[in-house]
Formats: sequence, C-alpha cells, structure tokens
Amino acid sequence: MTILVSVSGLSKTFTLHTQGGTEIDVFDSISLDVRAGECVCLHGPSGAGKSTLLRSLYANYKPDAGRIAVQHDGESIDLVSAEPWEVVDMRRRTIGYVSQFLRVIPRVSTLDIVAEPAIVNGVPSEAAYATGRTLLSRLRIPERLWSLAPATFSGGEQQRVNIARGFMVRYPVLLLDEPTASLDAANRQTVVELINEAKSRGAAIVGIFHDEEVREAVADRLFEVGQSLVRKPRRSTAAREAAA
Amino acid sequence: MKPRGREVLRVKRLFKTFGSVPACRAVSFSLRQGEVLGIVGESGSGKSTLLRCLAGRIQPDDGTVLIASDDYVVDLWAMDEASREQFVPTTVSLIHQNPRDGLRLEISAGGNIAEPLMAAGGRHYGSLRATALEWLEKVDIDGRRIDDLPEVFSGGMQQRLQIARGLATHPRLVLMDEPTGGLDVSVQAKLLDLLRSLVLELGIAVVVVTHDIGVARLLADRLMVMQRGRVIEEGLTDQVLDDPHHPYTQLLVSSVLHV
Amino acid sequence: MEADLIFDDDAIGYSFAYLDEMTKRMIRRAILKAVAVPGYQVPFGSREMPLPPGWGTGGLQVTASILGRDDVLKVIDQGADDTTNAISIRQFFAKVADVVTTERTGEATIIQTRHRIPERALTEDQIIVFQVPNPEPLRRFIPEEAVARKIHAFGRYGVMYVRLYEDISRLGYVAMSADYPVIVNGRYLASPSPIPKFDNPKLHRSRALAIFGAGRERRIHAIPPFTDVNSLDFVDHPFTVQHFETCCSVCGAQDSYLDEILLDDRGTRAFVCSDTAYCAEQRDKRIDA
Repeated sequence: MTILVSVSGLSKTFTLHTQGGTEIDVFDSISLDVRAGECVCLHGPSGAGKSTLLRSLYANYKPDAGRIAVQHDGESIDLVSAEPWEVVDMRRRTIGYVSQFLRVIPRVSTLDIVAEPAIVNGVPSEAAYATGRTLLSRLRIPERLWSLAPATFSGGEQQRVNIARGFMVRYPVLLLDEPTASLDAANRQTVVELINEAKSRGAAIVGIFHDEEVREAVADRLFEVGQSLVRKPRRSTAAREAAA
Repeated sequence: MKPRGREVLRVKRLFKTFGSVPACRAVSFSLRQGEVLGIVGESGSGKSTLLRCLAGRIQPDDGTVLIASDDYVVDLWAMDEASREQFVPTTVSLIHQNPRDGLRLEISAGGNIAEPLMAAGGRHYGSLRATALEWLEKVDIDGRRIDDLPEVFSGGMQQRLQIARGLATHPRLVLMDEPTGGLDVSVQAKLLDLLRSLVLELGIAVVVVTHDIGVARLLADRLMVMQRGRVIEEGLTDQVLDDPHHPYTQLLVSSVLHV
Repeated sequence: MEADLIFDDDAIGYSFAYLDEMTKRMIRRAILKAVAVPGYQVPFGSREMPLPPGWGTGGLQVTASILGRDDVLKVIDQGADDTTNAISIRQFFAKVADVVTTERTGEATIIQTRHRIPERALTEDQIIVFQVPNPEPLRRFIPEEAVARKIHAFGRYGVMYVRLYEDISRLGYVAMSADYPVIVNGRYLASPSPIPKFDNPKLHRSRALAIFGAGRERRIHAIPPFTDVNSLDFVDHPFTVQHFETCCSVCGAQDSYLDEILLDDRGTRAFVCSDTAYCAEQRDKRIDA
C-alpha cells in the first residue's frame, strides 16, 4: 500500500525559558513510514515522547529538525516546513486528530461540535448532522444530551464526544492519543470498531493505546519511542556548581 | 464555507514610532481569504497601532500595506487620501473594543447597519431594510428592535450590532480590536461563537487583536506574538500556544489561569 | 483698476451699492469660484452690514457685489414683496445704488430672496440671490468642520441618507419639508437654503444663475444655469413635493405654494399664494379674462 506519512530524521527539544533555560531532548532522528490501511502504535514508557511525536505529526509541536511528508491532494507536503494555511487545510481535509481532552467553545451544543468538521469541509449541514447523530448513538451518548453543551458532561462522555468529532470526516491520516483512556468496555469496543473501519477504508493511523486489549485489536505494529533526556543548560549548571 | 483562497493582505516591514516610543518595528506578515490571524501581546506592545495602520487610520513611518481587491492590488499608504477613503470603507472593516466607538448611538439599530451600505451607494430603502433585518437575525438580535436606539441595548447586544454593521458591507478584510473586551464572561462566549460561525460562513480574512489567550485560541488559525513593537513568534495558534519557543511567549502562556 | 476704485458719489460718502470696491472684488472672486465648482461652499470675508446677521447679510453682500446701474432689483421674504425685511432691503439698495426696484418677477434682473423661489419660471438673464442661515447640510450630523470638509472632498454622503432612512422607518416618509438637501451637478451636497421642498425642482436645470450667500457663516455657493440639481431620495421612496388639496383663495391658482392664514379668532382659515407677485399676476389674468 502507498505510504501516506513518511517521517525522517525528526528531532525535538524543548527549551523551558521560564525554568532557567532547562532543555529537554525528547527524541532524536526518528524515522517512520505509515502506509494506507495500517495502524501504528507508538510504544514506550511514560514520558518517552509518544505524545510529543503524535503532536508533531499534527504540527501541534514544531520539531527542530527532520521532515514529515504527508500525502495531501495527491502531493507530498512536508508538515514541518509547510505554510500555516497549508497546515490548516491539511488538518481540515487530510489529518484527523483525537486528543485526550475536549477543547471547545462554551455553550455550543454537542451535535454542533461533532458535525462542525464535516460542515467546514462543505458537507451539507443535514447530511453532517445525520452522520453526527449516528456516531453519537454508536458511542452511546444519550440523545437528550445532544442539544446541550458538553462542558458539564462526565470525563468519559466528553471523551466520546471528542471521538465522534474525530471520526466525522473520513481523514486519510488519523492520529489517536489514547482514545479509550476513560471508556468502559462497551464503548472501547465501539472505538475499536471505528478504528478498524477507518483502516479498512485505507486510513493511515498512528496512535497511542495504553489499553493492551485495544492495542491488540487495532495495531498492526509497534513503534518504539525512546527515553527522553533532560539536559541542564551549561550556564546554570556552572552557576549551581559555583554556588555549591 | 468558502475555500481558503488567495492572499488578501500583505504587510512588509511596517514601522511606526510615537515620539521616541516604537509601536511597530519591522512587522511583516500576510493573510489569506478565510484565515483568522490573532495578535497577542501585553498592552503597549503595538497591537492596536498595527491594526490602525492596516485600517487606514494611522500612517506608518515606513513599510507597505498591500490589500488585494477583486482584480487588483492596492498599496494602502501609497495611494492618495481620496482614493484611500474610497477604497477602505468598502474593503476593510474595523470592529472596536468599545461598541460606542463603532456605532452611532443616536440613530436606530437598522440605521446603524444601513449607514455603511448607503455610504457605499445603497439607495433602495426596501433592500437596505431587508439587509438590516437579515443581519440583526445573524447576530441574534430580535428584528422587532430594528428601530430602537442602540443606547438602550446591553453591552453584548451593542457589540453584536457593531459586528453586523461592520460585516454587512461584505468587507474582504475585518480587523477586530479586542472584540470581547469589556463584556461578561458568559456574553463573551456567545460572541466568540457568533464570530467564529460568521468567519466560517463568510470566508473573510480577519485580524483579531487580543490580550486574551483563550480568545486567540478559539478564534485564530494563526497567531503572532508581539512585544515592544516586534513580532517575536508566529505560527499556527495551537503550535504557538502549546509549543512556545520564545521566552516571552512561554511566560505569556504560563501566566494564563486554567479554570 | 482705477475706475473700480473711484468712489461714485462723494456727496453720500460711500461707494456704489454700499460695499467698497475691494470688498466687492473679493466677493466676486468667491462667486466666480462658486459658479466654477457648482455646490461647493467658497469661504469669503463677510463684512459688517447695516443689518443684523441673520437678516440676510450674506444675500445683501452678494447682491451688492453683482449689482450694476442698469439692474432691476426685486426682493422677497417668504415669497412676499411687502414684508418688513423685503421692503427695507429694497429701500436700502434704492438708496445706496440708486437702482430701479420692482415687485414683478418678470421685470427683475436680480432677485434677492429669503425662503422662496418665485413661481414664475426664471430666465437666463436673471440672477437669484438666496439668503442662507446654514449653508452646511452636514452640520446636523457632523459637528466638526474639518470632518465635514473631508466628507465633501471625498463625496461620501452616506450619512445624509441616514436621516432619510430614520424618517422613513419611523414615520413612513421623509419629514424634512424645507431646506431639503440636494446634490448639485452629481457632485456636491448643498443646502438650497430654507426654501420649502416644493421649490427644489425649480433649481433643477434652472435657466437663471442661483447664488447663495451666508453672511454669518461666511460662505457662498452657487448653482450655474442648466445644472442638474437632485434632491436626496431612495429609489423606492422618490422625492416628492408638498401637494395642496385646495387652491389660492385670492387668485385661484392651483400650482403655487400656499400659506395657511388665520382669518379670525374662531379659527377660520384660508390658503393664499405665498408668492404675492404671482398671486397678483394670476388675479390680473383672471380679471382680464
């Protein structure tokens, strides 16, 4: 199958200026290819940089070096050097992302939040709402909640609203950050189904799955992400040594 | 929603100094149709000055502001004043923080929406009236209040009316100066939702100046961080806010209270 | 040059038509500029006149500047030749310029007026001089002179339509019945002076030159002959003039602007022509017939 995402030589370091310039090397020279219809599970201990890598694949974090080539409109576009408007367009049509937390405008109804990504893509609102209702039903969000804003929902409900939103558009590339973290068994199973459906229509999926059962059910292979290194800046280390 | 299209605005090395205080130093950026650019930074960082240079209100000391019209590109500060006064009202709309600065309080709500349309040559009362009603509905103001004076409106309603007035002429470029400042938090949320859906629906290019990171995150696709007249960091909104590189941006982001 | 400066009559102690020759030249220059830029308000150095400001000092200075020895002057106030203001201005020029005066519109070469245009159509050898209290139609909405001037310069008159919009939305019609603003020659917004809007159509492509003098505000504007003068309106609410249900109770005219007058303490009313000369003409015609 075709490679939809091709990561090469990707490195990321955080410099925390508010904490004396502490530098954290998260990962160095990562290379990874993800094919259509394949689900890659990012694997590694907590703090290894799985989330950072996933966020970099969504251009949420800005890597310091390397390339992330993504197939968009039949072209290969490097996400790291793309213009912001290109990234916005890629996120709108090509790359979907389900985070652990729902981040929405207060007071907007659940159904509107879920349907929005499709409407933004030009899907007629009736069709978009129909898809949204189907997804919300499948994820067992009671119908009486659909017209309410999700701010007061439980963590699990918010997570499911978030998943419904993430599966509204048939993105060729799907990034999942622990989509089943706070879900019960039945809903976990629904998410597994959704992921497998996406795979079978040819989506390239990269995810973080802590739940072993889910991982077994969806992942085609694991990608190890290594331990990150915290490095103190030389100046402040020298200063501390001088003080000691 | 309209497709994200071609460039509407290009700013090249803009400088503006008030006395010895620099307000804009070598500010450059460009904006496409359908894009929302947020400008954040503390008071006095030059955000509002920049906005006024783009709105044709303050002449920059140096630099270029190019605005694309339907089939030609205009150099805002190279054209003569008369041409600029012709061009700006039909192309650029400035939404003020205080609705009282952007509205005529002594004329009716409908008159406020109709005025810029009449200035642009609208001479049909019936269609002016219809447009005013349509926009009142869009901004969630009861059409029966079309003949009321904005003076009797609440702050949130006044701001929504100002937005209707600013957008009814279909400007290509909308400049917002702290559009939710001075409003209750609950009213702010509603206004943000309204702004977002209007931007989405109309496909306009928007520059929104704010000191509220939350507003920037909800409205803006792209963010520019300004400090002492300089752009110190820019990029996708979530990129700048979630992975800030510049010390000042990190300080700004870490200073936000999470409720 | 020298001829201009020669005082005409040492015996009465002032020059022809009261104003000194230099002042008249200054005002004539302003008038020429006003004619050249139809509807544009030209500033001029308004002089002290033997009449309080507000009584027509602007019109008086314009008339004084254009008056020649052969002119025949008619002065009306609210259409009437026989009111105090009209009589005193007429007498003033009869005294200081020794010109012939008349009450007949057709005989006059210069007509100074306050608040009316004669009913009888003016001709190309006539000049009508208006007394103007407020030459700036924008003043009600734009208090700052500098801003108003920019609006004129850029021709952005949207603000004037706000007044029309507000009236129609509140009352169903435009409530301005006098001093109804006009666009002159498709360019400048101008005040026609406080004439009833009934008279506005008479300004459109008028054969006579119209000069407007505002003494207190120190502005002169003009409408040259055969110039387009359009009253502000909406496509679907076109400009209309006052319509009278009755005719003049004196002369029977059906096409003139009528004044309502109270006849007694019991409230008996009658309508008569505001243009007294026209009324007399119509009456004579009727008697002849």
